[in-house]
Amino acid sequence: MNRAEAPKIKKESKNKIRVEFDRTPLVQRLKAKFLNLYTLKKVLLYLFRLMLLIGVSYIILFPFFSKISSSFMSESDFVDVTVRLIPKTPTLTTYKAIITENSYFKAFANTFVLSLVCGLLQTFICCLIGYGFAKFKFKGSNVLFMLVIFTMVVPHTTLQLSMFMHFKDFDVLGIMGLLNKIGLTAKPGFQLLNTNWPLWILSATGLAYKNGLFIFLMRQFFRGIPDELEESAYLDGAGVFRTFFSIIIPISVTMMITVFMFSFCWQWTDTFYTNAFYTRQGTLLLSKIVQVPQSLSDMSAASKTLYTAAVNNTCGLLIILPLIVLYLFGQKYIVQGIERSGITG
Amino acid sequence: MNQAINKKQMAPAAAKKSKKPASLDKRKARSGWLFILPFLLGFVLIYLPIIVDSIRFSFNEIQILTNGGYELHFVGLDNYREALFVDTDFTQTLISGLGQLVIDIPAIVFFSLFIAIILNQKIIGRAAFRAIFFIPVILTTGLIGQIDTNNAMLSYMNSDAGIDTGAGTESGTSQILSVMDLQSLFANMAVGKGLMEYVVGAVNNIFDIVNRCGVQMLIFLSGLQSISPAIYESCQIDGASGWETFWKVTLPMISPMILVNTIYTVIDAFTSSSNKVMSYISTVYSGANNGNVLSSAMSWMYFLIVILILAAVAGLLSMFVFYQRKD
Repeated sequence: MNRAEAPKIKKESKNKIRVEFDRTPLVQRLKAKFLNLYTLKKVLLYLFRLMLLIGVSYIILFPFFSKISSSFMSESDFVDVTVRLIPKTPTLTTYKAIITENSYFKAFANTFVLSLVCGLLQTFICCLIGYGFAKFKFKGSNVLFMLVIFTMVVPHTTLQLSMFMHFKDFDVLGIMGLLNKIGLTAKPGFQLLNTNWPLWILSATGLAYKNGLFIFLMRQFFRGIPDELEESAYLDGAGVFRTFFSIIIPISVTMMITVFMFSFCWQWTDTFYTNAFYTRQGTLLLSKIVQVPQSLSDMSAASKTLYTAAVNNTCGLLIILPLIVLYLFGQKYIVQGIERSGITG
Repeated sequence: MNQAINKKQMAPAAAKKSKKPASLDKRKARSGWLFILPFLLGFVLIYLPIIVDSIRFSFNEIQILTNGGYELHFVGLDNYREALFVDTDFTQTLISGLGQLVIDIPAIVFFSLFIAIILNQKIIGRAAFRAIFFIPVILTTGLIGQIDTNNAMLSYMNSDAGIDTGAGTESGTSQILSVMDLQSLFANMAVGKGLMEYVVGAVNNIFDIVNRCGVQMLIFLSGLQSISPAIYESCQIDGASGWETFWKVTLPMISPMILVNTIYTVIDAFTSSSNKVMSYISTVYSGANNGNVLSSAMSWMYFLIVILILAAVAGLLSMFVFYQRKD
């Protein structure tokens, strides 16, 4: 073996050796690595995906941008054809008028109480029901689950009239009606219209808006939890409910936050139930403040359509403002909660 | 194994409490009933009477009394007859509304699957994109959707690129991908007129479709996450391309999700208050001449159609669903 052909040893220590040999220059190596069809295809696909995501994000976000910018425009900006996205004479009068004249804060407080109680109730109840369906085998559980789906399929409008009638004189099994007939009570039922009770009752029984979906999500989530976890709790002497409260609830917090955000936000922007159950003029909820305030109502004909739309949009912005804040804090739980659930059909 | 041990351990404890010890399964079944008790009570005591009353109203004429009560006069099928034959708008709205939904539902399912797959891959700012894509679920519902439906502001701003070209031409962002371009593209591809019209319609509705994809996207994402990476790894080792992997692995594994999502989309689309039929029914509700009972009759007919479609879709899709055996 010729010594000259062997790689030249540059440095040698006990357990390291550094040799010199002819290496392809760096530029050529990089060329070979990156300038081939495979990499090109990958880069193009990556760019395509990125563009697509950016495009769809634009579609989602543009309405918000336009609403925000138009909310700062003054009336003259709507007559001016050169103004599109950026207001020339920014003003806060729209916000001020809506907050003071449409009594924003009062409506906000009312809606907050309503939505918070509804959200918490729905989260807890759907959690209970979902756990019942996921982990217990009993006769008729499949039929009952079909009923849950059934409550989702029946359109709300179908039930509008009879829901209204039922909550106008709320009565369970005709007990109040019976008492009324004997003469013990003055009215044939509890008058629940224009109070928060109808929605709270519906929430507490898992019948409110889209609760079927929440029950389904919860059920799938609990199915993913291994049975061994509960069995070890039973072995340690915990009952079913103790296991539920001290083992199951703590590990399902992310999923519960997800469901809470859905229920809270959907109740917050709901119009169907609030229109059906709050018939009196005085009841202030956020869904009822979408209108042009008195001080802004004398607008010129040229700007009327756009300005009305802008004022309505500003109302909408003010309404969803707390939801945006909530979403900023909670969005990571939505993704996490669902990701870790490992929902399967 | 565990269950056996469990039973042995639990039996003496149960014996102490009662003379006749119930088996663990029985006791578990009993507590299962307790867990779903809220729903059961609500369904039987509140929901069922509401449903029954609603069906009853649809066969009656209603008269609101001055003291707030109401009186019913039985009219048989008159309300249904009026909805179908006298009210000419109803059948038309029903047919066109159903047609629109048939177009929308596959578009929503495919789009959400597509976006979920993209969001599942590694890409810059994935967390940010996910956050953006779930915004509509939370924010663009109910009230905001209602404000948006007749939003002059939005269409006004959309109509211009923002950069004034001076000539006042309306060549804006929304026109970048104009319907004409798409049509000529598809005409060249010669894929048939039906498909072309479908895609063009979907593209025109993209805002609407994106807004309704949120929950479906979440469910698809979680399904994609639950596919074991080991399967993909073995595919890679066997030399399958991404395309093949998608058709042979991802699609079968995600097929239960597709079923769930299709059912959810059908329910959601048919019962959302923004669709044509529902909004027509609610205008009838607030209209004159016994509008409220008439709308009950209409919506029960609508409900029957929805159930039929739902059953058909579920039956058709469940033939193709693949369930992985889990041991």
